[in-house]
Amino acid sequence: MNLNKVLKGLLVAVPVLTLAACSSTDEVAATDANTGVTTNQVVEQGLSAEELLRQQLEALRQDNTIYFDFDKSEIRSEFASVLEAHAAFLRARTNITVTVEGHTDARGTPEYNIALGERRGQSVTQYLANLGVSAGQMSVVSYGEEKPAVEGNDESAFSKNRRAVLVY
Amino acid sequence: MLKLIGKSLVAFALVLSAKSYASLEIVITDGVDSARPVAIVPFKFEGTTLPNQRIADIVSADLMRSGKFNPIAVTRMPQQPTNSKEIDYQRWMKQGVEAVVTGTIREVGINRYAVRFELVDVFKGASGGGSSSAIIGGQLTTGLTHVLDARETTISGDQFRQYAHRISDIVYEKLTGERGAFLTKIAYVLVRDKADFRYQLVVADYDGENEQVLLRAKEPLMSPAWSPDGTKLAYVTFEKRQSQIYIQDIYTGRRSILTSFKGINGAPKWSPDGRKMAMVLSKDGNAEVYVMDIATKALTKLTNHRRIDTEPSWSPDGSKIIFSSERGGNPQIYSVNVASGVTERVTFEGEMNLAASYTPDGRGIVMVNRTNGQYNIARMDVESRYMQVLTRTYLDESPSIAPNGSMIIYSTLYGSSQVLALVSMDGRFKARLPAANGRVKSPAWSPFL
Repeated sequence: MNLNKVLKGLLVAVPVLTLAACSSTDEVAATDANTGVTTNQVVEQGLSAEELLRQQLEALRQDNTIYFDFDKSEIRSEFASVLEAHAAFLRARTNITVTVEGHTDARGTPEYNIALGERRGQSVTQYLANLGVSAGQMSVVSYGEEKPAVEGNDESAFSKNRRAVLVY
Repeated sequence: MLKLIGKSLVAFALVLSAKSYASLEIVITDGVDSARPVAIVPFKFEGTTLPNQRIADIVSADLMRSGKFNPIAVTRMPQQPTNSKEIDYQRWMKQGVEAVVTGTIREVGINRYAVRFELVDVFKGASGGGSSSAIIGGQLTTGLTHVLDARETTISGDQFRQYAHRISDIVYEKLTGERGAFLTKIAYVLVRDKADFRYQLVVADYDGENEQVLLRAKEPLMSPAWSPDGTKLAYVTFEKRQSQIYIQDIYTGRRSILTSFKGINGAPKWSPDGRKMAMVLSKDGNAEVYVMDIATKALTKLTNHRRIDTEPSWSPDGSKIIFSSERGGNPQIYSVNVASGVTERVTFEGEMNLAASYTPDGRGIVMVNRTNGQYNIARMDVESRYMQVLTRTYLDESPSIAPNGSMIIYSTLYGSSQVLALVSMDGRFKARLPAANGRVKSPAWSPFL
């Protein structure tokens, strides 16, 4: 395994992740994250590899949803940093796979929305691939309008349901 | 292997003959005024053990649901004759009633009943009637012209409901010239948010009675489609965390997997001859319409475009498939010749058109139309391309046409819940079928059974 590549990945990934998770347990790690050298410290503090992975996944799961405009599947620029964090993690952990779930709001027909949800999922995997994530680590499943995040039939509910979710 | 069986038992449960407690009521919202007044007189019972089904009530409900008839209440009936000879035609004329159904139920043995009924034309009866020879019930009979039909059949106690629908079919066909669809079924998906198995595939009589849950699942169920012989359903499940198409026999409950490709496995629709299945697969990266030979599983790809192609539906003669495609920008309906692959655009009106299917006579196409942001059911005449929006409900989807072409059932939003609704092919009759428990979606009307 290319250790250099892994370390590089972690240096990118972990600061973002720990920032996202700073409300959780390790205050020291979160503060130090700003310096960009947290990786070594965390390992020195005696966290097992499993524990580190668990924390990374927990942090990624905190911020795993990309929202879309109506009938669109383009990634909005505001989600670039979220996807960069996931990409960094996946580049560093080539044995980990992610399923991208594509969803739509309730408008339109169920089968059309299945196709639209898949296209949203594919936008995410294409974005991650462009950031160097291997295609073999990613899969897409579209649920269309079948699994809304929130109930309701106004724009506020619709906008929360037009989404892709990265599931580890 | 055992582990696999255990897993699938957790993921879904096959249930036959179980009530799902969704029982569909009907609320007619439009079209009673234009319906023809008729009267279904309560059938006279001769015997000791009263059957628990009231034939006249079931026939009345059927005719009312058809949108073409307005059966008058028993309290408005000027008399309650039990056969054509007892009818006082002038009194029924005054009520404006066009046709009267009379009948008797005679207990002829243990759990055996002889049911006799007559369908009488009030106007002909009032003008003196007359006699003629006619073929009634397959036999040459000399009868009275004002008696449009008269039959007697012996049934058992559990056949009352079915026989009542049969009477409705006969009455409807005699009075409209069009075959009745009262002995048909509807498949739909029931979603109960608080239930452990949230998604249920349900088959019921067309009027919501005799519900049977075919499948309970924790993950979504979609797009039930009837085989042309009415014995099987194809549908989409997500129980393996990906979409798959299954075929299930509705009588034995036995099911088998049809497709499980990477990506979308969706929108199954049987060919009119029952040998092929149109479907949507994205195994090559993009949603495309395919036809699979069910016996050999050989696939033919019918579309090839980087934009979405989905929702295939066969023409009644099986020569063409219409589908939704985004190739022109927003989704519109296109048609592809199954043999030649020649494709042409079908719809041009509206911001979007989706989920199209042919009417049984092939002369119309029913679809979901979006105009000014509203999703409604519309019908287009194939020849003239005249498009008529039929509904005014909210977020309409999944239209499915009765096998006689008289009515469309679809899913819509009422209040905050998805319910089924009916609209007649001319748009005049409209009704809602609110479910008592849960959201109801993806209705599929069976063929004639």
